[in-house]
Amino acid sequence: MKFSLRIWRQPSADAEGRMVTYVLDDISEDASFLEMLDVLNEQLIAEGEDPVAFDHDCREGICGACSLVIDGQPHGPQAATTTCQLHMRKFKDGDLIDIEPWRAGAFPVVRDLVVDRTAFDRIIQAGGYISAPTGTAPEAHSVPVPKQDADAAFTAAACIGCGACVAACPNGSGMLFMAAKVAHLGLMPQGQPERHTRVLGMVAEHDASGFGGCTNAGECSAACPKEIGLDVIGQLNRDFRKAAVRAA
Amino acid sequence: MQPRKAAPPKPQSRLRSSIGLKIVMAVSGILLVGFIIAHMAGNLHVFEGREEMNAYAHGLRTFGEPLLPHESLLWVMRIGLIAAVAAHIWSAIVLTHRAIHARPVRYASKKPAKGESRHAVATMRWGAVVIVLFVIWHLLDLTWRTVNPVKDVPDAYGAVVATFDPSRWPVTVFYLLALVALGFHLRHGVWSAVQTIAGPNTAWRGRTQAIALGLAVIVVAGFAIVPLAVTFGLVS
Amino acid sequence: MNQASEFFTVGEAVADAKAPAGPIAERWEQRRFSGRLVNPSNRRKLRVIVVGTGLAGASAAATLGELGYRVSNYCFQDSPRRAHSIAAQGGINAAKNYRNDGDSVHRLFYDTVKGGDFRSRESNVHRLAEVSTEIIDQCVAQGVPFAREYGGLLDNRSFGGAQVSRTFYARGQTGQQLLLGAYQALERQVGAGAVELHTRHEMLELVVVEGKARGIVVRDMVTGDISTEMADAVVLATGGYGNVFFLSTNAKGCNVTASWRAHRQGAYFANPCYTQIHPTCIPQSGEHQSKLTLMSESLRNDGRVWVPKERGDDREPADIPEADRDYYLERRYPAFGNLVPRDIASRAAKAVCDEGRGVGPGGLGVYLDFADAIGRLGEPAVKAKYGNLFDMYERITGENPYERPMRIYPAVHYTMGGLWVDYDLSSNIPGLFVTGEANFSDHGANRLGASALMQGLSDGYFVLPNTISDYLADGPFEPVPDTHEEVVAARKAVDERIAFFLGNDGDRTVDSFHRELGKIMWEYCGMERSEEGLTKAIGLVRDLKDEFWKRVKVTGKAEELNQQLEKAGRVADFFELAELMCIDALHRTESCGGHFRAESQTDDGEAKRDDENFSYVAAWEYATEAPVLHREALEFEYVKPTQRSYK
Repeated sequence: MKFSLRIWRQPSADAEGRMVTYVLDDISEDASFLEMLDVLNEQLIAEGEDPVAFDHDCREGICGACSLVIDGQPHGPQAATTTCQLHMRKFKDGDLIDIEPWRAGAFPVVRDLVVDRTAFDRIIQAGGYISAPTGTAPEAHSVPVPKQDADAAFTAAACIGCGACVAACPNGSGMLFMAAKVAHLGLMPQGQPERHTRVLGMVAEHDASGFGGCTNAGECSAACPKEIGLDVIGQLNRDFRKAAVRAA
Repeated sequence: MQPRKAAPPKPQSRLRSSIGLKIVMAVSGILLVGFIIAHMAGNLHVFEGREEMNAYAHGLRTFGEPLLPHESLLWVMRIGLIAAVAAHIWSAIVLTHRAIHARPVRYASKKPAKGESRHAVATMRWGAVVIVLFVIWHLLDLTWRTVNPVKDVPDAYGAVVATFDPSRWPVTVFYLLALVALGFHLRHGVWSAVQTIAGPNTAWRGRTQAIALGLAVIVVAGFAIVPLAVTFGLVS
Repeated sequence: MNQASEFFTVGEAVADAKAPAGPIAERWEQRRFSGRLVNPSNRRKLRVIVVGTGLAGASAAATLGELGYRVSNYCFQDSPRRAHSIAAQGGINAAKNYRNDGDSVHRLFYDTVKGGDFRSRESNVHRLAEVSTEIIDQCVAQGVPFAREYGGLLDNRSFGGAQVSRTFYARGQTGQQLLLGAYQALERQVGAGAVELHTRHEMLELVVVEGKARGIVVRDMVTGDISTEMADAVVLATGGYGNVFFLSTNAKGCNVTASWRAHRQGAYFANPCYTQIHPTCIPQSGEHQSKLTLMSESLRNDGRVWVPKERGDDREPADIPEADRDYYLERRYPAFGNLVPRDIASRAAKAVCDEGRGVGPGGLGVYLDFADAIGRLGEPAVKAKYGNLFDMYERITGENPYERPMRIYPAVHYTMGGLWVDYDLSSNIPGLFVTGEANFSDHGANRLGASALMQGLSDGYFVLPNTISDYLADGPFEPVPDTHEEVVAARKAVDERIAFFLGNDGDRTVDSFHRELGKIMWEYCGMERSEEGLTKAIGLVRDLKDEFWKRVKVTGKAEELNQQLEKAGRVADFFELAELMCIDALHRTESCGGHFRAESQTDDGEAKRDDENFSYVAAWEYATEAPVLHREALEFEYVKPTQRSYK
């Protein structure tokens, strides 16, 4: 297969960036999207050019490192699929494909398609945990958790922290990421004691990091490779309201 | 260390947090929706004829008299409305401002919207501007009568008939366009408010959206029927 | 002595000086009591570097932070949450005996020693089994959403052919959920100021001063800054080295550099040839392939493995009648059938493909067929059980496994070998501790399913934080100035290597070398090894290594995010490791666990151990000429070695 690629090139965080066009031939339809970029990079190195920098690691859709906006869509056109699991057979021979980094003020570009997502780690630091120092845990069966709560918590906890929600959101909001964690921990009995401080701390950090607010456009959920639903944002809103009232 | 890239968090009241603002917007929006529905229902008095319509308008002014001063109800409503509109617009401006800063560099590639409320952002923000412009016109036209041929304030019926006279068709067209913008605004705004305040689950979210759509249709139809009736001579 | 002796020399035997004697069930308690403690108020004067943020690293860093030590934690990923532990699917074992099916600490201990083919230490494995129950308690307290039953209690399943149900799981994402638990505990300590976190930082050298590990040299992968970080102890939790094969189920970033630099500074590398090859992975589709994807082992519960009887039978699978199919696992192992252990299933697949009966591109694949299961249970039931795996298969291959049998092939998955550690998880360099997959200690020659997560968390939450205090009780150690000759030398070595790569006038990419190295290793040091093949591989690896240093081409600058430069350093270390793996595999003329020597098999082609000559850990010391072998004898007081049989 043959493709024309328009890729965002930016040598460093402070440098100007621009879209650069490359042409690639002889790509197998069985190649993954990142393998296609590997081939491009081998070609660029052979020509003495700097290869395209992009984040990737597990290449099996779970680590959340890969982060490409493909033709305007975070992780590309296939639903419930990370960039690394997207394969070239989903494209047509001769396609022109645009590749850009996540765009958000809270995720500054480091180089080319690599962005800095430490803002997500800071949101977790601000309360996205249950305080259970090692050694203090009671016997696991001492606290039963209704299956439906455990399942719902798991569904929220499936978030891989890739940031596609932010990339897709018209407001650059990190609500879906934050809400998934608030929902996961808030659904478990172990998460109750810190439920209110958690949500207040995380929201404050979210806003301070420069993420936008939520307007319920739903783009985040549509782009989420793990299909995390808007329910979690509903729960976040409820928890925040209760916490704010209680703290007032 | 993972140094903070943005400025350190400013001490921010919970009200000014992104969710606090959203709740302000939702609550003020719900108050405004309530007003809109009451207003729409009141408008339908026009089909009862000049006397009934003007009596309704008069009733609003004299409600509670002589126990309460003249126009008590209207002033309560006016103050409430102004507060709600101010809160609604203030939260919208702050959130829009933040949203713009949250994406300093735009995407080169346009994407098709695929969220639950397609194009909601455009219709909410641009629609809001249309609605604000319309409200200003509407006040000048039917409240203060500045641009209305009928200056006699108690004659609400006359003012309505005059403003939607077929000869003034652009007024009617503008009115209808503003209604479409209002319809889109309500369709997203109503369910969005419910999502913000109640946070329904997937099933109820679908129902809420259906209800919001139904409400938007009813409001648009309920408002549109008056100018259309005047323009097409059913009310004169 | 055998043919291999030309490649190495033999040094003195090594012993685990910290392992307590006495009844096995009391040893861990005894060690915790005999080890010295550090007064809480003194802990904040002690700095510990933890490299890696996977299960073993994040749990250790969080726990040490909670205890009051000053912790600096490094990872090369952009967030600690992306460490490769995240990708573990199946589950985590614990001897809770919630099912009342006869499980116990002793049985988990027994199964693990046997599963490791009698090449692990009894004391370590018993401690692992003891601690396993505490891990589950700890993770539940953190809010890990394990699968539960309708009564609200934890669900268990039998995994990897175990006769008891002791595996706790969170759908097919157990590793992810456990890692997020550890990550959140870690971030809590970061927020509290107890742990300093450095993401996108790669350790490039270990600093050893006066015989003690005192720090590391790290590169900030964004700015390219090289800095020396000093501490009272260094913990490596840097994972396995499966990527020496280029294609493996490991994440692309997984590498041996931290372990290898420590090895070059004097740390022994134990049993490098023990590699686990997982039978159910999606086969390679072409030269572009960058990694292999594991399909959960649970698929073998309902799928039937087969190949055509005749070689070169290229009919569509549906067109091949039953009579022309060979369900070779069911044929060869009637008792266990499709559920034989990983190493046996992998070798059997290789055998039929070597006969030319493999299917798919290059004939490197066998069918895993669900037609019977769909017929018996119905498609909805199969979908409910395996739907996400089937979807993943379809995304990658473009084939619908409900209609066409899956194609699977073995792939490198886990490395049992690693840096040598004693009972305290201390390497032979005082002050250097090694946890998780990076050490060699608990799995012997073969790791059982759902045991890797158990070991990583056992080391990080419970073992290391208890044992490291015995060493730190002597601290704080004399501060080491940046001008100290060892520090300067370590830095200089790093600077020179980077300068070499960027200055070399080469014409071949790093990946092209890595790919070629991987092919050599897979061919000669993969599922089946022989004296002839390994000898040849050593020569090939050495030649390729020489070519690498002559012809490698690295673009860009040092002071920027330079992914080629990162890879070049990692591949350079893989070359040296590859040679040691081949030497280790060559010297161990027996077959055991994941190490299968063609020369050592039973009459019917099964692995044959040689306990008389090889019941030891091979701990290799680095030397410029040839590595030095130190043997640590293994003693079995509680589980008597027997030959495994799955007929």
